Amino acid sequence: MTRAEERELASRLVSEIRRMAAEYGRPLRFMEVCGTHTVSIFRAGIRPMLPEGVSLVSGPGCPVCVTPDDYVDRAIAYAGRDDVILTTFGDMLKVPGSSSSLSEAKAAGADIRIVYSPMDSIAVAQANPEKKVVFLAVGFETTAPTAAATVLAAKQAGLRNLCMLSAHKLVPPALRALLRDPDVQVDGFLLPGHVSVVTGSEVFSFVAKEYRVPGVVTGFSAIQILRAICRLMQMKCEGEARIANEYESVVTAEGSPVALRTLGEVYEPADAAWRGIGVIPESGLRMREAYASYDIERAVPIDVPEGIPAAKKGCRCGEVLRGIIEPPSCPLFGKACVPTHAVGPCMVSVEGVCAAWHKYGQGRFSYGG
Amino acid sequence: MADKTVQLAHGAGGKLSCELMEEVILPAFSNAALDVLHDGARLTDLSGRLAFTTDSYVVQPRFFPGGNIGKLAVCGTVNDLAMTGAVPRYISCGLILEEGLPFAELREILQTMKRMAEETGISIVTGDTKVVEHGKADGIYINTAGIGELIEGRTIDPRSVKPGMKVLLSGTLGDHAATVLAGRHGLTLPEDIKTDCAPLAKMVQGILVAAPRTACLRDPTRGGVAAVLNEIAQSAQVGIRIEEDAIPVRPAVQGVCDMLGFDPLTLANEGKCIAFVPAEEAEAALAAMRESPYGKEACLLGETTAEAPGTVALETAIGGLRIVDMPLGAIVPRIC
Repeated sequence: MTRAEERELASRLVSEIRRMAAEYGRPLRFMEVCGTHTVSIFRAGIRPMLPEGVSLVSGPGCPVCVTPDDYVDRAIAYAGRDDVILTTFGDMLKVPGSSSSLSEAKAAGADIRIVYSPMDSIAVAQANPEKKVVFLAVGFETTAPTAAATVLAAKQAGLRNLCMLSAHKLVPPALRALLRDPDVQVDGFLLPGHVSVVTGSEVFSFVAKEYRVPGVVTGFSAIQILRAICRLMQMKCEGEARIANEYESVVTAEGSPVALRTLGEVYEPADAAWRGIGVIPESGLRMREAYASYDIERAVPIDVPEGIPAAKKGCRCGEVLRGIIEPPSCPLFGKACVPTHAVGPCMVSVEGVCAAWHKYGQGRFSYGG
Repeated sequence: MADKTVQLAHGAGGKLSCELMEEVILPAFSNAALDVLHDGARLTDLSGRLAFTTDSYVVQPRFFPGGNIGKLAVCGTVNDLAMTGAVPRYISCGLILEEGLPFAELREILQTMKRMAEETGISIVTGDTKVVEHGKADGIYINTAGIGELIEGRTIDPRSVKPGMKVLLSGTLGDHAATVLAGRHGLTLPEDIKTDCAPLAKMVQGILVAAPRTACLRDPTRGGVAAVLNEIAQSAQVGIRIEEDAIPVRPAVQGVCDMLGFDPLTLANEGKCIAFVPAEEAEAALAAMRESPYGKEACLLGETTAEAPGTVALETAIGGLRIVDMPLGAIVPRIC
C-alpha cells in the first residue's frame, strides 16, 4: 500500500466509523489493553480523528506499569546483596519503587545488567558461578514463555545459580476483573495482538459470552487499529457481541501450542497483585514446585520493609490503569510527575499511558482538520 | 614510524611536544597565522560584527562511515557560526589525546580537519595539545572554537520567526546518528548510509542571498529536528505544524530506528539545516539549498501558525494529529 492509498483508506474507515456512530446514537468507549496499541494509537494521532461520541481509553496493558511498588522494592533489595547480579529489560530501570529505583541502586554500585532476552541471563550465570543471577521476569503471556524456556535451559545445563524474580501477569483474568468492576465502563475491547499469538483468540470468548461485550484481536499499524474500531462499531450497531480476529495472519483460535506447553511446564496460575488495582485471582504465574529452586523468593527469601506506595503520594495510577480517569485528571500529571521525575511507572515506561499522553499530547487539538 | 603512538611526554612541552608539532600538526594545518608559533594567533583582517562559538567533540567510535571526529570538529563549529548568519573565518583546535593513540590515526583525523577547513575557506590558526594516561580518555577528544563575520543586512534570530512562515529542511534525517549507532551496535548498514557531516557555510550564504528575510537558521544536531522546532516554537511563541509524509528519512535509517526504538525526528544530524523563511521567499531558499551538494534533497517540512503557540504538531501519515515533544535528554550519548 502506498502512503496515499493508506491515507485514503484511513479516511474511508474514519467516515465509516462516523456514519456508524451517528447510527448508534449513544456514546461508546473502547478500551485497548496492550501498551503497544496505546503507543501506536498516540503516534498515529488516532484519537483526535474519531468522531464525537467514540472514545478510546487505555487499560492495564503495559506490563511495567501494572507491576506493584513492592516488587521493585524487592528487586532493589536483592540487587543490594553482594552475591547477586540482577538482569533485567531496560525499561524496568527507572521504575520508581516506594523510595528508590533500580537505576539509583545501579548508580550506588549494585550489579544490574540490561539484557535483551531472559536467555541472555544464562551466559551471565555461566560466567559468574559464585554469584546468584536473578532475572526480573516481568511481562504478559508474550514474554512469560521465554522466561519459562530460560528456566528449562538452565535446568538442562545444570545451572544452579540462575533464578527468576517473577511478576508475570495474565491478560484474560484482568479483563474479567475490569468487566466486574462497577466503576469501569467499556463497550468493547481492542484485544492484544502479541499476547493472542501465544494464547489464541478463544481465551477471550468469555468477554462476549458472559458479559455481552465485543472484542477484536488486532495488529499494531494505524490501519489495523482503525479497522478494529470499525469492526467493534459494526457489532455495536448490529447488537452483536463476538470476539473477532482481525489479525489472522499470526493469531489462531487456540494459540501457540509450543509456547503454552513450555509455559505450563514451569508455571501455574496464581493470584497476583496489580499495581493500583489490587489482587486479581489467578491473574499471575507462580513457578511449579518442581522448579521452586529457580524462584529467588523461595530459594533465598528476603524481608523487605513495607514502603510508602505511590498511591499514598497522590498517584492515581489505579484509576488510570482501569480507564476510569484519563491521565490529566491526576493531580500529579505534568507537575510532580513527569518522565524525568516520575511518581508512578505509567509515566516512565515507553508503553505507559501517562507517558504517551505527556509525549504526544492529547489529542483534540483546538485547530486544524 | 608507522607504528608510532602518542606518549605522555608528547603533551609535556619538551622535545617530544615539538616533534608532535613538527611531524604531525604543522604539516596538516600550516598557514601564516599558525606558523608564527606564537602563544596566540593575531587576526588582523577581521571587520564588522563578529560571531564566536565553541564546541567539544567526544564521539565514540572516532571513525565511522563517511567521517571521523576531526570532520565533526570542524563542521560542527563551522555550522554553528553559519547558523548565526556569519561567514566562518578562523578556528582553533584543542586536542586531548590518550596515551597510545597511533600517530597514523591522529594524522588521518588532522588531514580530514584540514580538508574541511580548506573546503570552507577557513584557517586553523591556534591550538593546544594535552596527553592523558592510557584509560583516561577515549583516544582523542577535540575542542574547536570559531570566529566568523556576520553578513551585513541579515538578522538571524529565533524571535524574528512569525506565524505564516515556511519551515525548510535541507535533506534526510538521522543519517549521522544511525551511522554512529550502527557502528556501536555492530549493525551492518547499506553502503550509501554514512554520516551526513558536512560544512554548511556556503549553503547558508546561498540561502541568505536568495532569501534575505530569512528569520532563523538552525542545525538539528543533538535532540534532532524535534528539539529545534520546540525551541523555536517556544522562543518565538508560534505554533509549528509539520507533515509526517514530508519528513525525509532513508529506509535503512528508518530500519535502524525501528530496531533500536528511536524516532528519526529526535536523532542528531551533522550536515543539515532548518530555515524559517517568509512564505514568498520559500521557493528561492529551497532552490538555494538544492544548489549545494549537501542540500539536494531539501524539502518543505511545514509552516508556522498563530494557533497553538509554543507547540509543535505533526499531521500523521493517515491524517491524524499529534504533538512532537521536546526529546527527554541525551537519547544517544556521545554522538558528536
